[in-house]
Amino acid sequence: MSVLAVSLLALGVAFVLAITRAAFGPTPFDRVLAVNTIGTLAVLAIAVYGFFDGRPEFLDIALLYALINFIGTIAILKYFRFGTLGDHPHGSKEDKPS
Amino acid sequence: MSMVWQMVELIGYISLGLGSLGVVIGALGLLRLGDIYQRMHGSGIVDTGGAGLILFGLLLLSPDWTVSVRLILIGFILVMTSPTATHAIARAARVSGVEGELKRKPRAKRKSKSKSKGAK
Repeated sequence: MSVLAVSLLALGVAFVLAITRAAFGPTPFDRVLAVNTIGTLAVLAIAVYGFFDGRPEFLDIALLYALINFIGTIAILKYFRFGTLGDHPHGSKEDKPS
Repeated sequence: MSMVWQMVELIGYISLGLGSLGVVIGALGLLRLGDIYQRMHGSGIVDTGGAGLILFGLLLLSPDWTVSVRLILIGFILVMTSPTATHAIARAARVSGVEGELKRKPRAKRKSKSKSKGAK
């Protein structure tokens, strides 16, 4: 049981380190990378906490978090790359594919 | 029989400990390395070593087969999505002109080097 507590503690330390990188990252991509890592850490922390608390049903939440984390990362990168999430190119109102 | 299960539990706890170590080391690399392409290395350690070992340890500790199925599913999703996300980040950084610490050599130098390599 105490190994699970130590594992949660290590995940917390990793959280702090990754959040520091997300705060000080010089480029936006550093921040996106740090946020992606924080998402993976959150998935692991939810799973380990489910075992620590004796309620492994938490794994469903971890599963959803993994999926949403991936979609969020791709959406943020697409926004950086194209300046928009939809089909309108930046600055034009027409539906032309650029 | 109970010996075997005790061994499995022990291996699970050892795997959890190693995975925790990997997660901390990867996050330390994410914080301390020099540029974004190097930081991706730390992120990769968290995504493969840390997550893989922790999920494997939990899999050995799981009390029920439904829990095992969910753990395997989480591992599968992480294995599928995290390289894709990292690849997208690297490509976006490269396209938008982020330079690494190791800059590309000037063109003439690279050409002469490749020529000498070809001569060998």
